[in-house]
Order: sequence, then structure tokens, then C-alpha cells
Amino acid sequence: MTFIAQFNYWVAMALLAIGLYIVIARGNLVKKLVGLAIFQTSVYLLYISAGKIIGGTAPIIAQGLAVYSNPLPHVLILTAIVVGVATLALGLALVVRIKEAYGTIEEDDIHSQDEER
Amino acid sequence: MLLVLLLASALAIVRARNLFAVVVLSGIYSFIMATQLTVLDAVDVAMTEASVGAGISTVLLLGTLYLTGSEEAAPGHRPVLPLLVAIATAGMLIYGTLGIPVFGDPSGPIHQHVAPRYLQEAVEATGIPNVVTAVLASYRGYDTLGETTVIFTAGIGVILLLGMGRRARYGAQGQGGGMQEYLVLRVIAKLLIPFALLFALYVQFHGDFGPGGGFQAGVILAAGVIFYTIIFGLANAQRLVPPRLVEILVALGVAIYALVGDIGLLLGGNYLDYFVLDRDPVHGQHRGVFWVEAGVCITVAGVMLAIFFAFAGRRRRPDAKS
Repeated sequence: MTFIAQFNYWVAMALLAIGLYIVIARGNLVKKLVGLAIFQTSVYLLYISAGKIIGGTAPIIAQGLAVYSNPLPHVLILTAIVVGVATLALGLALVVRIKEAYGTIEEDDIHSQDEER
Repeated sequence: MLLVLLLASALAIVRARNLFAVVVLSGIYSFIMATQLTVLDAVDVAMTEASVGAGISTVLLLGTLYLTGSEEAAPGHRPVLPLLVAIATAGMLIYGTLGIPVFGDPSGPIHQHVAPRYLQEAVEATGIPNVVTAVLASYRGYDTLGETTVIFTAGIGVILLLGMGRRARYGAQGQGGGMQEYLVLRVIAKLLIPFALLFALYVQFHGDFGPGGGFQAGVILAAGVIFYTIIFGLANAQRLVPPRLVEILVALGVAIYALVGDIGLLLGGNYLDYFVLDRDPVHGQHRGVFWVEAGVCITVAGVMLAIFFAFAGRRRRPDAKS
């Protein structure tokens, strides 16, 4: 069963590759930010998977439960998500300003406009 | 199975050319991710991902699309090189997973270090059964103060870049806006918004005992007001929650958090040491965690609202395609 055991990690890696591909290959700035968000969520999945114990339960101490999943990754990722949306918003604000300055949010068009100047 | 769905929705995001579809798909992706996180026992994280990833992010992305247009241009060249880079990265990382402990194995190094201490001591030391909250607000209070400051900074950045929707009053939005003419939406919004706000308070104050805490409560509070704004228009919402108040909230939360640390110093403890806040150490912990979580909630709610107002208050430029 070792073949399928690391499946969680593999999906995290695949999502990371998908996010990376979008960020590199796509010229549209909004799409790039969505790709970056996918990249980010793959890291969430990686951390939380590492903290899981088979047969464990959520780390809220209660009577009759003995095995809890590791709370530390949860803390790290919880704050990472909120910081992530704050940085996403900052990126989107920059995109809006770029649209207002250049009239486009396609990377290639922005480059060609810069070269004309 | 959820993981396969996750992969499928991510691939659909790659393929979709219409950005509107991309945004909706990314909302779906976030919800599947939140469900998967619940399966992995991370209930606090799942709640955050559901409210942030599927809620706020989607609203912000849609707001950006309104301002920038929703069609993606066809790529000028074939993306062979990026594909190779992505596949090579994934290949190396998957090769790396062969050397790490098996998924869910309790004897892995991650479960041997500080986690057992947190799980055994947290309840006695802090009186908080939700270990995630205890670690977040007490054991790793410095980290959380730093992260709250990052959110604060990002909020300031967005306000600087886009303004708070005050300069943009010349648009057509002045006479109400929103979707007020739809009776069904209006009635349902009035029914739901009080419960959304009440739920945020429950998440805030019950965060010690169940999943929840300042981050989630702040986002849910902001989501309630954002819902109101979408239905009743920006002008009405800003009469309810003036931009000035939002600006104060953004700074007030971080100030409360930092002050809790200062009070600890004045009472003779270390910075962010809650044991000295009360004669009984466990009560002191409770008091410290309460105020710290309140500070986090206020800043997060303020920043989310500030960001939303900034996007909503921006007028579309005349040359923008719809």
C-alpha cells in the first residue's frame, strides 16, 4: 500500500506544478494571481497532510479522545490563509492601477507599450 | 476522491479562457479544498479557507474583473518551456516525497517535537481546550502579532493604491446602487445578515472551545457587511459603516494586540506574557487570549472591509471592455 500512501503529497505537488505553470505561461495578470493562489493552497495541503495522524481527530481536547492531529501546522496555515488573501488583494489593486495606466492587463501588451516609450 | 476533484478543478482553471469562469472555478476549488482540510482534521483552517478562499477572494476577483474586463487574450506562443519547467518541478518534488514519512504515520518527526507538549500541557496551562487557539494566541503570540501586522500593512497598501471609495463619488453610484430593485434578494438579505453577524460573534467568543477565533470571525463579520453592500449599494453601506470608522478599526486591532503585550511588560512579565495579567495564571491566560483575539478580529474585519470598499468605490474607466 505504500504506492497510494503518499497520494496526498502527490496531489499537493501536482497542484503546485499547475499553479507554477499558470504563473509562467499565462500573460493575463488576473489569471497569474489565480495561479499564484493555487500555488499557495498546494502548500496548505502539504502542511496539513503532514500534520494528520490516521485515526486521530481535530486538536480540540475532549474526554474520551486520545489521539489528536498535530495542531502546529494548523496554526501556521490558518494565519497564512488570511495573509494570503491580504496579499492577493494588494496584487489585485496593482492590477487595477496597471489597467488604468496601460489600458490592458496582458503582459505582452504592457511590454510592447513600454518599449515604444 | 476529493483530491481528484481538486485536481480536476485546478486543470479546468488552466483551460478556461473566460476569466469569469476562472473566478467561479477558483471559488469551487476553494470549497473542495476546505472540505479536504476538514477531512484532514484541520477544522479551524477549513473554516478560514471556506470564508476567505471561497468568499472574500471570489468577491475581490469579481470586483477586479468588473474594472479590467473578463476575456483573456490568446497566447502568442506555445507554452512548451513553462510546461517542461512545471513538470520537472513536480517530478523532483514527488521524488522527494519518497523519502518523507508515510502519510498519517504517528511516529513521524513532526509529531515528536513540540506538538505533544502543546497537546498535553495546553489545557492545564491556558484552560483552552482548542489547542489551535491556545498555540495561536498564547504559545506563538509573537508570530500572530507579526501576521496581524502583515495584514494591517496590506490593508494600508490597498488603501494607498486605490483610495477608500471617497474620491470616487462622481460616478452613478451616488443614488444607492446595488440590487435594491430585486425584492427577493432584499428580503433574504435582511433575513440572513443578522444571523451572519451573530455567527461571527459566536465564532469569535466560542473560539476557545470549538473551531474558530479572531481571524475567522473578522472575515465573517466583513462578509456580512460585504453582502449588505452588494444588495443595498455602496453609498448605503458607507452610511452604515463609514470609511473613517473602517480606517480606525484597521489600526485599532493591531494597537490592542500590541498593548496587551505592553501591559504584560508593565506588570513585570515578558512581552505577551499573559500569566501576569491576573492573580490566577489560568485566568490571566484567558484574559490575554481574549483581548488578543479581539484585536485580531478587529484588524482582520477592518482590513477586509477597507479592501472591499477600495475595490467597490473605484469607477470603471470609459475605455474598459465589459
